[in-house]
Parts: sequence; structure tokens; C-alpha cells
Amino acid sequence: MSEFLLVFALAVGLGWPLGRYLAAVMRGAPMRGDGLFLPLERPLYALIGTKPERGMSWRGYAGAFLLSNLVLAIVVWLMLMSQAWLPLNPNGAPNMSWDLALHTMVSFLTNTNQQHYSGQAQLSYLSHMMGIVTLQVITPMMGLALAVATLRGLFGGRDAQARQADGQDRMPVDVGNYWADVIRPALRFMLPLCLLWSVLLTSQGVPATLAGGPTVAPVDATVEMKEQKIPLGPVSPMVAIKQLGTNGGGWYGPNSAVPLENPTPLSNLLETLALILVPVSVAFMVGPLTGRRRFAALVFGTMLTMSVASAGFAVWSEANSSTSRDIALMEGKEVRFGAEPSALWAALTTQTSNGSVNAMHDSLAPLTGLVAIGDMLINAIWGGIGCGLQQFVVYLLLGVFLAGLMTGRTPELFGRKIEAPEVKLLAVLVLLQPLILLGLTAITLSAPGLTGNSNPGFHAISQVFYEYTSAFANNGSGFEGLGDATVWWNVSCAVVLALGRYPALVIPLAIAAMLARKRQAPESTGSLQIETPTFALTLIAVIVTLTLLQFMPVLVLGPVADHLALAAR
Amino acid sequence: MSIQKGNTITRTPVGSSSAISDKGLLRGAIGLAIVALVGFGLLYPLTGVGLGQALFPDTANGSLIERDGKVLGSSLVAQPFADARYFQPRPSAAGYDPMAMAGSNQARTNPELRKRIDEARAAAAQRDGVDPSVVPGDLITQSGGGIDPHISPQAAATQADRVARARGIGRDAVEALIARHTEARQLGLLGQPRVNVLEINLALDTLYQSTRMEP
Repeated sequence: MSEFLLVFALAVGLGWPLGRYLAAVMRGAPMRGDGLFLPLERPLYALIGTKPERGMSWRGYAGAFLLSNLVLAIVVWLMLMSQAWLPLNPNGAPNMSWDLALHTMVSFLTNTNQQHYSGQAQLSYLSHMMGIVTLQVITPMMGLALAVATLRGLFGGRDAQARQADGQDRMPVDVGNYWADVIRPALRFMLPLCLLWSVLLTSQGVPATLAGGPTVAPVDATVEMKEQKIPLGPVSPMVAIKQLGTNGGGWYGPNSAVPLENPTPLSNLLETLALILVPVSVAFMVGPLTGRRRFAALVFGTMLTMSVASAGFAVWSEANSSTSRDIALMEGKEVRFGAEPSALWAALTTQTSNGSVNAMHDSLAPLTGLVAIGDMLINAIWGGIGCGLQQFVVYLLLGVFLAGLMTGRTPELFGRKIEAPEVKLLAVLVLLQPLILLGLTAITLSAPGLTGNSNPGFHAISQVFYEYTSAFANNGSGFEGLGDATVWWNVSCAVVLALGRYPALVIPLAIAAMLARKRQAPESTGSLQIETPTFALTLIAVIVTLTLLQFMPVLVLGPVADHLALAAR
Repeated sequence: MSIQKGNTITRTPVGSSSAISDKGLLRGAIGLAIVALVGFGLLYPLTGVGLGQALFPDTANGSLIERDGKVLGSSLVAQPFADARYFQPRPSAAGYDPMAMAGSNQARTNPELRKRIDEARAAAAQRDGVDPSVVPGDLITQSGGGIDPHISPQAAATQADRVARARGIGRDAVEALIARHTEARQLGLLGQPRVNVLEINLALDTLYQSTRMEP
């Protein structure tokens, strides 16, 4: 239990001050640290050609987001396909094929870490740093920016007071400055935190070097293996950001199960904490940023309840249920961690859209796998940085709409009515997920030549469904036995990755901007009270019911049947 | 900037000096990409490497075990051992090759996994001269990364007799060595107790060089 309690206690204890700090950063008002950071930021704004106080409409904001993604996409794609000719390649990684490079680029551009390659052998140091780490740092900041802009919209925009005063309702709503919203938290929040984690992880044994690794001869000369190459590199900075930035893409193929990437139980605690630290901070940020503490309590309370329940179930399934006495318990796990920290990690990495692993998910108990899939389907238990909050806003609007229908009141959020145009956009988002996940799972399973399963039976269904769920949730973990380095998997997953990120980030912003332009009615006793435990429970019920309605059949055919088969052994 | 997208609305706002402008998106996107590639992709990792090298040079360079200027291995990478005079590490799905590391990715319900574990258990019991029921699970399952450097103290204990016999030394001496090489739970509460296989085998070689029999 010690890891479970420590991680939650530390995340809440540290997330609180970090969230307040992050709110100050995102608000953009003068603050402590300006003396250090403003001189760094000014030339960057000059290069970009903006002034941080200048606002943008939601269309400009979303356009800036999409265009800056496109530019990075092209650069990184080209870099991966030509890395053999570029510098910093001491281990001689070859150029990537077009489809593998496409999938890898889209995967990291969407803050996922679906990896159909093995980093230590197939990426150069340059691709790791300027390709992968670049995206690992900037994409969560983009997600955060979109979420903060959405929050601004929900409360009438950055210019809400001015708009009410002059009554110019048809003005575009000022949702903030995208460029500043990305740069400020990256410089003032994310990178300092990452440098701290990088050093702490190196102290435990994570390599940090630009030199190529040595090749050694095994101590026991009687073994077949004649030499062993020890892959090193600037691993530690990458592990820090992949854990803190809800990305999850590791240096080595098997991620944080590899002792070089996660050497000790203490490094495992640091990395587990890092899985949820920033997402928890973002939830805490809502209060000071919006000035609505009760609303922040709703967000935090709902997420914490679901998080503890799901992590607790995973730990029980793996370490305390009947399947924990299985002789195969340690298959895919590392001796220095054991069962409980592996299950805790599996739950938190799927809650937060992180996707790093410290044990092979394929070999987990089936019910632990069920928790992982469920977390990814919901994708708003903390969720990815920014993305989790966006998805939460979607559930919130749905919850308000359904509660309004049930109580016979006009559904409204913070005094603004939710009407047909907003609900239609919500419906697009809600329907996209089952259409893509179930549709592609069905297509892939119907063509056994495409799947490439490593396992027979019910687990094979879980493997395929897990892969698409993970792609759509921008998670990146996998039932990795899947032979997924094929054109079919690379291209279909690249499409799913993009469809899982861009609509989910942009549509809530559009809805928030639409709401912001509506006349705000004073909140009265007749309005639906959303900042209450009752509504929090309603919201959880909406989330769980919606997920089960859509995915119950495939969950029964996959992990549940797998569990029954294991229990019947 | 030649390409300008979006609309520009300037107005005289009340109580605010900001104006809304959606201009200059392409220049912004290119500028941000440069900031990200150079600042986040190059300067950040290089700073991390510099700090790591300055503060913790041993671990920053891979926790290598060197003797007489020769690198024997890394205490974070398992090596294969076949000789009976050595402790065996956990089986590896990747043949202990760090460039190809992987787990088996076999599900608990996969019959092939069950067959492999049964065979590994029988083989370990025969090799170590113990009853199959006492062979601990970690010694016969494949780790997540395929280079798990540790085994549990129980997995070391089941091998103690065999190592002692092969080296012609007392079981007490081997058990004392296991005790010395058992790392407790970190800070008393994190992770699991464990024995580093490469380190304990190197210690065996150092201590009992004289009794070493060449194959």
C-alpha cells in the first residue's frame, strides 16, 4: 500500500502549490520570476511576431494551433526519414520508412507515444532530442493552452467585463494569446520541473550522456552470446519529460520496465508521481484561474474519486485477488518493483493519457487490463495535460444537458444556455469515439492477415481493441505483442491518433466561444446547481453509463472473458 | 509577413488595452517551431546531460562496472550465465540483447506461456536439485525489459546449494554472500528486496578465484 498512498499524497500535496503557480503563469499578470523569465521570453515573442497581451478569437487560436502543428509535423517527418545522414548518430540508426516515420511523427505530435519501433536501435540521438523531445515538451503545452482558452470562453472570454460594459455582443470573444499560452508555461513551469526530475533520475541511475554505449564481453565465457552492447544516451531528460508531460515515449523499447530507464524503486516512485503530478496541478489550476473555487472542487473531486477507485481496483486485481497467486504473476514485471507498483502504474498511465509502462500490459491480469482500457475510454480521469480538462468539459456539458432534461430545466452552464448548435457539436465528439474504435477493431479482426496477434483467444480481441483505444485516447501504451510495425497498423493508427486529438481539443473551444457570446442570465435558485456533490455523482454516473453503453460488448468479449478463462483454469 | 490569415478587429475596449488580432499565423507557427526545436529539443536535453554529468558522473554514464580499466558490464543490465558456478538471472525474451530488448507479451491465458513456465520450472528444479514447488515465480518468468538485473532473495536461495557444490565451497559461505548482496526495500518501504546477479557473480569470482575450475 505504501506506493499507492505515497503517490496520491505527494501528488495532491505538491499539485496544490504547483496549480496555483500555474494559474498565475497562465493569467499573464505580473508575477514573481518575471525578472528572470521576461528577458528570455521577449526575444521569442519578437521571433514569433506577437505581443503576449494581444488577444485572439477562437478561430485564430485554433488556426494557430493547427498551423504550428503542421509546421512541426513536416520538419519531424523529414528528420526521421533522413536521420542516418544527420549528425549525432553514434549507434548508426538507419533512416525510417515513410509509414513508420509518419506514424511516429503523428504519435508524438498528438502527445501520444505509440511506438511501432524500438528507440535504442531505430532512432539517432538527434531524432530522440530534436524530433521526439521537442514534441514531448511542446504538445502538452499546446493542450494546456487550448484548455485554458476554453475555460476563458466558458466564463465569457478574457474581455468579459469589457464586453458586458459596452454591450458589443457581436465582437469575437478574446480567448487569449496562443503563442504566449504555449511559451509561458513551457519556460516557467514545465522545463524547470523537467530539469529537476532529470537530475533526480540520473542520481538513481538513468544515463545522461552524448557518448555511444560500450560493448562488453559476458563475464561467463561459456554462454552463446559473445558480446553485449549497452545502449546509453541523453536518456534522463527524455524520461523526465515523457513522465511529466503525459507523453510516455521512452528511450528504450520496453519503456520504464528497462532498468536503465527506471533503475530503482525510488526512481519508480518519482516516475509514478510524475505520471499524475502535472495533470493534478492542472485540475488545481482551475480554481485560482477562474476564481470559482466550488467549480474547481467539482473538477478535482470528480477526478480524484474516479482515480482512486480505478487505481485501487487495478492494485487489488493484480496484487490481492485470486489471480495474484498465479505462478505467472511476475511475467512481464521487474523484480525490483513487484506487483503492486506495476498495477498502480498501469492505472495511472492510462488515466492520464501518458502511456509509459513499467511492466508489460499484455501479461497483466485481465482485469487490470480492463481497468487500463476503461481509463483510456473515459480519458478524463486527470487526462492528458489540457486534453483531460477538455474532455471533462465535454462530459460536463453532457451532464448539464442530461440533468437539465431530467429536471425539466433549461440546461445552462454559468448562466449561459446550452442549445441545439452546441449539443450537435457535442454529439459529433461523442459519436466519433465508438465509430472509430469499434469500426476499425471490427475491420482488423475480420482480416486476420492484418492483426499480427501474439496471443490466441479472447486476449487477441483485447489486443486489437486496446491498440485503437490507446491511439484514440492519445495514450500510447499497448498490448505490445501485436505485430504493429506494418503499413496497415502505421497508417490506420496515424489517422486514429489525429482524430483522437484535434476534434477533442478544438470543438470544446468552439463551444465555449459560442457560449461566451450569449447573454449571461444571473444564476438564481432556479438554475441547476452544478457545484455540488450531487451533481458530481450525476456526472460520474453519466461518464460510466456512457462508456458502458458504447463499449460493454467488446469489453465482455475481450478482458472479461479473458478473466473468466483464467479463473477457470 | 506576406501571408496573413484571419480577420482583424480593432476597437476601443473599455477597461482593457488589448485588441484582438488573428494575423501572422504562419510566421508565428514557424517561429514557434524554431523555439521548440532549438530550445526544447536541443538546449533542454543538453542542460540535463550537463547537470547529470556534473553531479552524478557514474550513473550518468550507465552505472558501468570496471575492473583494471576494462568494462565488465553495467549493474543495470543482466548478462546471461550458463555455468553451474554462477547464479542464473531471470529468463530473457530478448536473449539478453539490450538492442532488442522486449518482454514476451504473452497473456496469462496463453497456453504457450503456461508451457514455457512449466518447462522452465522443471529445468530449474533439476538444475538446482530442489522440489519444483519451491522454485519462485520470478526465476522462471521473463521480465518486462528482458534485461532485469535482479532476482528475488528466494530465487538466489534455491540456487545456493548448486553454486556451492560447483565451486567446492560451503553452502554457508554462499548464503552469507547472498545476505550481503540482498538489497532491502528502498527507504524501508519501496519496491521489493532483490539480489543483483552480475554483482554477486563477480563477487563469487573475486572471493573464490583459487577454487575456480576451468571447464
